[in-house]
Amino acid sequence: MAEIIRADGLVKRYGEVVALDGLDLSVQEGTIVALLGPNGAGKTTAVSILTTLIEPNEGSASVAGIDVLKQPAEVRKIIGLSGQYAAVDKDLTGFENLDMIGRLYHLGRKKSRSRARELLERFDLSEAGDRPVKTYSGGMRRRLDLAGALVAESPVLFLDEPTTGLDLISRTELWRLIRNLIDQGNTLLLTTQYLEEADRLADDVLVIDYGKTIAQGSTDELKDMVGGERIEIKVTDSAHLPAASEMLGRIAVGDLTGDDRPRTVVAPVSDGVKQLADLLKNFEAAGIGVSEAVLRRPTLDDVFLALTGASTESREVEEPQLALESGRRGRGRGLPS
Amino acid sequence: MSLRSAIGDGLVIARRNLIKVKRVPDVLVFVLLSPIMFVLLFAYVFGSAIDIPGGSYREFLMAGIFGQTVVFGATFTGAGLAEDMQRGIIDRFRSLPMSRAAVVFGRTASDVVYNLISLTIMALTGLIVGWRIRGSLLDALLGFLMLLLFSYSVSWVMALVGLSVPSPEVVNNATFIVIFPITFIANTFVPAESLPTVLRVFAEWNPISSLVQATRELFGNIPPGTPEPTAWPLQNPVLYSLFWSALIIAIFAPLAVRRYVRVAKKS
Ligand SMILES: Nc1ncnc2c1ncn2[C@@H]1O[C@H](COP(=O)(O)OP(=O)(O)OP(=O)(O)O)[C@@H](O)[C@H]1O
Ligand SMILES: [Mg+2]
Repeated sequence: MAEIIRADGLVKRYGEVVALDGLDLSVQEGTIVALLGPNGAGKTTAVSILTTLIEPNEGSASVAGIDVLKQPAEVRKIIGLSGQYAAVDKDLTGFENLDMIGRLYHLGRKKSRSRARELLERFDLSEAGDRPVKTYSGGMRRRLDLAGALVAESPVLFLDEPTTGLDLISRTELWRLIRNLIDQGNTLLLTTQYLEEADRLADDVLVIDYGKTIAQGSTDELKDMVGGERIEIKVTDSAHLPAASEMLGRIAVGDLTGDDRPRTVVAPVSDGVKQLADLLKNFEAAGIGVSEAVLRRPTLDDVFLALTGASTESREVEEPQLALESGRRGRGRGLPS
Repeated sequence: MSLRSAIGDGLVIARRNLIKVKRVPDVLVFVLLSPIMFVLLFAYVFGSAIDIPGGSYREFLMAGIFGQTVVFGATFTGAGLAEDMQRGIIDRFRSLPMSRAAVVFGRTASDVVYNLISLTIMALTGLIVGWRIRGSLLDALLGFLMLLLFSYSVSWVMALVGLSVPSPEVVNNATFIVIFPITFIANTFVPAESLPTVLRVFAEWNPISSLVQATRELFGNIPPGTPEPTAWPLQNPVLYSLFWSALIIAIFAPLAVRRYVRVAKKS
């Protein structure tokens, strides 16, 4: 397998804001890599640089060995992009949009037209294909935009938050489509805020935060990195939460988290099954009611928490929701100590 | 990027712009209705108010209305580009292996088609209200070609304006402040000779005057017995306005394309 996308030390500043702070990345041919990060992490900025839309202040990048900064026109010939915001012409029909894109990829009249019809079909837009896009729903526009990225069957695809705004059925369908693409040998870099999406789709996940890669690996590797198992307890009465946390704290091998759900506490443990059994006995003895008790492998959310010191969900929340989490929460800059 | 793909891609963009005429009512009004309104207004409000010895003022006016309308048509280029730059579709264009000049080329090209449509409609309206071509048909055709070429050159100026302003509305203001007076301080609606000195000299050297003078001559709409113009540009109106068309394109086309590339790059 060969490396097909590469970036070294990308830095992009917007005045005071450092959108990318020395980002490195490497994608192997024929794989799906997910850039995972919260709002403002720099995902769109990274994709924009790799797709020649903007230039970095520092660093270099290449796609299929072609320098993105020195030969942008050559790079454009081999990439397909669907940006975070649908880039379609709302006065044109779906068909006209795709046909136009095909012609601008220089596929020729006949090929552009047949490809447009084929993609409309594939993205379930056949019926709406001859209606102006301004009559489309948000999800339909999103799908049309994705179809636009596939028009030229480009070997390298960039999808910026491809499933944001799609309902569950469209999302699942899109995941299937994306999987098929990769079976045909394409390479895909996608960004997402959804851990589940990265988990489902990506061979490799790049966790980025504040413009830096903070971890890279398969989802399994990332989970192993955080290590061990998790005991997750949900108590029936929130008044019992401090007591339960206290007891969990004694057996935990790392910090406790609240997992962003009410009356819930999560603890990384070393000897899961036995400890869970003991714990439940102790809870019973102490009169603490438990509505859920789970032993599980870490999720990507746990990984993210451990790596960044903040949950993906709670970036905008300054104040800790639960007292016990305060040690882990807040907006820790860069790597946790 | 080769010239061939610049033209090919430009045509794709031009086609896209033309599809919009059918879909966007604003465009339809601009391209179809306002020319009719112009001809009727001028023909009936002014056309019967002023007497021209030995001729009809209504006929004299037509070339002026043609000239003014096609020059105004360039506003459309600027506003269209300014609007495109605010739209998401530009992001798509930027990631495609298309010629960087295509968006601007396509826009100025589709505006030639708009102007052609406007001219046809104005000519038909004119014929209905009594305007006649009194020279040869070939000359008349040449007159229309000159109008199209000149408006094409102004399109490039407005393209640069459209790419330099923050919003499409500003383009309309720019038109109003600049193009409006330029088309009026000319021989569009009154003979240049009748203006006070300062304005007269401006009008005589104003390329719009020579454009209008040229078409007026080519349409055979100069009443017999009208004294020869004294200023050189009006004596050689075809040459002078062709010179200006070429000059404007030579200066503004590269500027507009460069501006597009610059604007498209950041953000
Ligand atoms: N054109 C710009 N001008 C100023 N700041 C910008 C610009 N583009 C991005 N930024 C800043 O750079 C940082 C990274 O933005 P970016 O859009 O790459 O984030 P993201 O990971 O895509 O976020 P999201 O999930 O919200 O799309 C943010 O702090 C953002 O405010
Ligand atoms: Mg983004």
